[in-house]
Amino acid sequence: MKKIFSRPKSLKRTPFHYCPGCGHSILHRIIGEVIDEMNLQERIIGVPPAGCAVLAYFYFDIDMGEASHGRGAALATGMKRALPDRVIFTYQGDGDIAAIGTAETIHAASRGENITTIFVNNGVYGMTGGQMAPTTILGQTTTTSPGGRNERRDGFPINLSEMLAVAKGSAYIERTAVNSPAHILKTKKAIAKAFRVQLEGYGFSLIEVLSPCPTNWKMGSVESCKWIDEVMTAHFPLGVLKDITGDKKDAH
Amino acid sequence: MASALLSAQKLPLRCIVPKVLMRGNHVVGEAAVRAGCRFYFGYPITPQNEVPEYMSERLSKVEGGVFIQAESEVASIHMVIGASMAGGRAMTSSSGPGISLKQEGISFLSALELPAVIVNMSRGGPGLGNIAPSQSDYFQATRGGGHGDYRNIVLAPNSCQELADLTYEAFNLADKYRTPVIILGDGMLGQMMEPVELPPEVQIKKLPHKDWTLTGAKGRPSRFLRSLILDPFEEEEHNWKLMRKYERITKEEVRWETSFADDSKLMVVAFGIAARIAKGAIKRLRDEGMKIGIIRPISLWPFPYKAIKELTKKVKHFFVFEMNMGQMLEDVKLALEGNGEVHFYGRPGGIILTPLEVSRVISSYYYQKRLG
Repeated sequence: MKKIFSRPKSLKRTPFHYCPGCGHSILHRIIGEVIDEMNLQERIIGVPPAGCAVLAYFYFDIDMGEASHGRGAALATGMKRALPDRVIFTYQGDGDIAAIGTAETIHAASRGENITTIFVNNGVYGMTGGQMAPTTILGQTTTTSPGGRNERRDGFPINLSEMLAVAKGSAYIERTAVNSPAHILKTKKAIAKAFRVQLEGYGFSLIEVLSPCPTNWKMGSVESCKWIDEVMTAHFPLGVLKDITGDKKDAH
Repeated sequence: MASALLSAQKLPLRCIVPKVLMRGNHVVGEAAVRAGCRFYFGYPITPQNEVPEYMSERLSKVEGGVFIQAESEVASIHMVIGASMAGGRAMTSSSGPGISLKQEGISFLSALELPAVIVNMSRGGPGLGNIAPSQSDYFQATRGGGHGDYRNIVLAPNSCQELADLTYEAFNLADKYRTPVIILGDGMLGQMMEPVELPPEVQIKKLPHKDWTLTGAKGRPSRFLRSLILDPFEEEEHNWKLMRKYERITKEEVRWETSFADDSKLMVVAFGIAARIAKGAIKRLRDEGMKIGIIRPISLWPFPYKAIKELTKKVKHFFVFEMNMGQMLEDVKLALEGNGEVHFYGRPGGIILTPLEVSRVISSYYYQKRLG
């Protein structure tokens, strides 16, 4: 019998600890698939963050070096400069990249560091219990914005990817989602493109992935996926924000 | 000059190596490159700016050399972590306020057991303080400095020559023990120029193999480096492992120097540039017949507790001089274990002790106690 579906080689035989309905498991799987399909397992190094995905090294069967909170882009910079022929990617949440690690990320992009960042945006600090994130949208209820995010008290959410698209050193920036099969396939294509951009030496690439967090959103899985389409994408529109490769076939 | 140095290195006698006149901050950079450092990440702060300036040029002329002026001290120490994970010899340098910012990364380096060299050309503090030489970062350097239960090897040179030798050695110690090593200098050491015999250039390919680096899982199982250990029993075991390493370092890497110890009635204890100033004063007082010696801790961690304790067999009076309000003083008291009398004289805030000042303080104490 022909085997048509199996666990990617780049993932270990460890069950994910993520909550039911969480986007991280899907994203891990498609990153694993991309690593396999591009034959990168022996030359890729991942940098997991502080956050829900901190244990990524238990799931990916590739070399991984943990970064402290927000410092992924700086750590990956040192790593990539030391090993320019390897593929280096960071995997970061919204609090990690768009709050505490903003400086590291913007400067890595501005330097045109030839690294890839997978930025998982679920609008909350998931691991610490659902506090307000830099990407929490106005009106969204979290444990530290119990009456909904209020711009006068809490300020506005940050559209980091748009900011990074302005940076002269960034090469490829795209925002996708993992809330439907079609979006998941697009995300997988985007990640593959980002790794290709790095392999070809264009510079900084980042894929922002809108990802459901039913536990902290206090919603069901189906409702969470719908919320991404109906509410979240209005604030964080999907699509390619920057592409200097001139390669039209990957644009959606 | 460079070719003369290269040919001289082939000769067995190191004393033939010609001396070069160099500024302390340049010495750090040159010694690091000669020790095989190919990765320097820094951020401007006085009085250490000549280190990144030197490295930006020097590393551009070395194969595989990487220099980045980072966006912050926080970023620079994490770039060091990345390069170290990849197996490179990496360094960063800064001064007081910048070293405070690096503490997050230094704690992670310790937890992840990564080698790295961190240079602190310290200045007056707290806060922004000033840019004058100071020894006020002793506690920060020797007590870990960041969060968690850890220590760093701390080396305190007192001359440009020792700065070269200890920077060079720091990279070997960092690799040997997989731990960060701090060079604790001060603004004076960084800025002053002295003749220096530079150490020979190592061949990177001949450095001991590291079997823990992240280079891509080619021909071997995948690896990961992490500091998050959620199970308290596992984290405890990790801490005990670090502790056993620190015990080994404490046994094997204590460095100090004593002068005039044999017949002394009073021993001065001082480190770094303060020790050099005190030694000048002591020489003058010796000429006047006063029996005074000095012990200079070179490794501030591990601290030479035993060597100081040993002195109490012959000496009852100890005088600690520091360019701070009394930080190493606590270690000296721990070393003496209640034996002998210990006194302290220090000047905080970036004031440099003068030989005259030190000799007056010592001689008045010496005569009051009727030691001579």
